[in-house]
Amino acid sequence: MTIKDVRDALRARYICGEELEGREVHSACGSDMMSDVLAFVKDRAVLLTGLCNPQVIRTAEMMDIVCIVFVRGKMPDDIMIEMAKEREIVLLSSGHRMFSACGLLYEKGLRGGAPYR
Amino acid sequence: MNESITLNYDVDSSDFTRAGEASSNVKRTLKLMDVDPEIVRRVAISLYEGEINMVIHSYGGEIKVIITPDEIEMVLRDKGPGIEDTELAMKAGYSTAPDNIRSLGFGAGMGLPNMKRYSDDLKIESKVGVGTTVRMKVYIS
Repeated sequence: MTIKDVRDALRARYICGEELEGREVHSACGSDMMSDVLAFVKDRAVLLTGLCNPQVIRTAEMMDIVCIVFVRGKMPDDIMIEMAKEREIVLLSSGHRMFSACGLLYEKGLRGGAPYR
Repeated sequence: MNESITLNYDVDSSDFTRAGEASSNVKRTLKLMDVDPEIVRRVAISLYEGEINMVIHSYGGEIKVIITPDEIEMVLRDKGPGIEDTELAMKAGYSTAPDNIRSLGFGAGMGLPNMKRYSDDLKIESKVGVGTTVRMKVYIS
């Protein structure tokens, strides 16, 4: 699946990084708690979150996350957008709630990785 | 890479917006040094969790990262208040972070467990009223 496929499935809109929409996504993680996200290591992941502060971008940076989807129509501020651009992280905004957004991507074949041990 | 490199950073307490700048800088440096991406990620996550902990819980402190051909050592030293029960603090889900920190996405009690999970060696020395020193190592070879 590509970032464009994620965008289409969630009927999301690009906030930044549209030019990177061909990049592959291999797994997904949905959480508002960044330490839970940091416990999840998977290559080329997409993060779905309702949290909107600069630490979301930093968490994605540390994890090599390629795309962040802000659910419930949340919009990051200019500082966050600039940080994401510098780090080549694609930002999307979707009107779907977290549960529906995760379900739509799961339905398209995206998985969350192995259970936490 | 034959020689060792030392990186030093000051960490301000309560400056949540800037939290993670040191980890970000270390990650960029390691990538430029062509260190294995998996090692870089493990260092970045361990250090970031430690840095966030310093911002949330401490009165500020400093981070030192020593990069050698064999390992990356991270030393996080703060000026207090110290941890009362380090064994309890290591327990997944245990947190003393206030609610406003939870609303920012942290304080789930996963910081220290994540640091243990991603580093090869973790040592915590803490004295209430004095401060805490966290030492983590990630082996390259």
